[in-house]
Amino acid sequence: MSNPTDRRYVSSHEWIKDNGDGTFSVGISDHAQSELGDLVFVEIPEVGTEVSKGDAIAVVESVKAASDIYAPVAGTVCAANEELHDNPELINSSAFADGWMFKLEGVTAIDLEALLDAAAYDATIG
Amino acid sequence: MSQEIGEKTPLFDEHVAAGAQMVNFAGWQMPVRYSSLMEEHHQVRRDAGAFDVSHMCSVDITGPDARAFLRVLLACDIDRVSTAGKAIYGCMLNADGKVIDDLITYFFSDDFFRCVVNAGCREKDLSWIRSQAASFHVDIRERTDLAMIAVQGPSARDKAAVLWTEDEQQTIAELKRFNAQCIRPDYMVARTGYTGEDGYEIVLPATEAVDTWRALIGAGVQPIGLGARDTLRLEAGMNLYGNDMDESVGPLESGLSWTVHCKNTERQFIGRTALEAQKKAGVSQKLVGLLLLDKGVLRHDYPVSTNAGDGIITSGGFAPTLEQSIALARVPADAEGTCTVSVRKRSLNARIVPYPFVRDGKACND
Repeated sequence: MSNPTDRRYVSSHEWIKDNGDGTFSVGISDHAQSELGDLVFVEIPEVGTEVSKGDAIAVVESVKAASDIYAPVAGTVCAANEELHDNPELINSSAFADGWMFKLEGVTAIDLEALLDAAAYDATIG
Repeated sequence: MSQEIGEKTPLFDEHVAAGAQMVNFAGWQMPVRYSSLMEEHHQVRRDAGAFDVSHMCSVDITGPDARAFLRVLLACDIDRVSTAGKAIYGCMLNADGKVIDDLITYFFSDDFFRCVVNAGCREKDLSWIRSQAASFHVDIRERTDLAMIAVQGPSARDKAAVLWTEDEQQTIAELKRFNAQCIRPDYMVARTGYTGEDGYEIVLPATEAVDTWRALIGAGVQPIGLGARDTLRLEAGMNLYGNDMDESVGPLESGLSWTVHCKNTERQFIGRTALEAQKKAGVSQKLVGLLLLDKGVLRHDYPVSTNAGDGIITSGGFAPTLEQSIALARVPADAEGTCTVSVRKRSLNARIVPYPFVRDGKACND
């Protein structure tokens, strides 16, 4: 699956998308979900959590292993995808849409622009 | 992910061609999954799957003292197997009664036994076995010329029949569980496995591995990776060497008391004195099953807190058949009821249960 061009990426495989309403959705790429395999549990951050870029703020667990998810930029968690509690496999089936993990607010444009665009991320995953 | 360093089994190219995700396991390049680990797991529980287990090591013990040697080498009593083809599972212990490895030993004749040992223990096992054999008339031969394929699942025995002539099929159909037959030179079929399902483990010349593998796939047996092999064995409550026991613990605190045979007082196997002293003093720990009651996944090395003190998870994961997380844990001997497991910053509730969790496709605990 090609990586959508309407968002930014980090080399640790998270994506972040400007929703246009002051919030920014964060998830993991389709490549990442494919490498992880069937997800069976997702630990998402509580609303109100303040994060710095690079903080380990969520965990996705596949049958095999637990993997940390890192904040792609600084901000404050303003929403969490509660659907993932019962349906972690949403990340497998829809990594770029229904499988979003949480939303941040208070993100600065300069932080976002420093991240990889789709083409640059494509290059990192070969 | 697919460029790993390690030894290749005769089926390496088959795995790569099938698009398997390859990993390094015990020094071997092995398939962890071909597509979905979860689907591969269900495939074995519901139909049939084939596993390349050629990384495991067959060691033939031959010669006039073969049985006498194994009486001393193994904590299980080799005299319990006296009909050709019968297999016995047990541990090889050091003098302190700690586990060097767990293995299956097949009896073919009083001067021919075959031990199948773990890939990760190959070198230390061979050197241990050789060092203990000095005063016995035995020959110890590592069979690097052999491959090993497991076919497991409720349909496995039917589907594997395509591999054999009608006469061979007849012989194999009569195999009881935990029995094997050599149907051709260097071609052994055993009704054993590591999944909790019926099926066979086939030890055969490495040169025949590819054709055999393709014939199984052609008969509708799906290839299964090491990922599902681990979830299947965990559900089946089977120990994994290096996780559930190693040279820091003995069989009595590893759920393997049933494999230690002390009845014959004449049989002075290695580790016996240490185990008898341990029994006399009281075994302080035991291996139990855990069923996670909360959401999350139990993993190896997570700390456990019980009514009787602290313990640790030795193997944990998500059980696809049960759709919840399960574990094996080493806990104080008096532990029972519910316990808590520390998972990152959270404390999760789990129930101490007997295992296996799943046998022949059915859940064993309510």
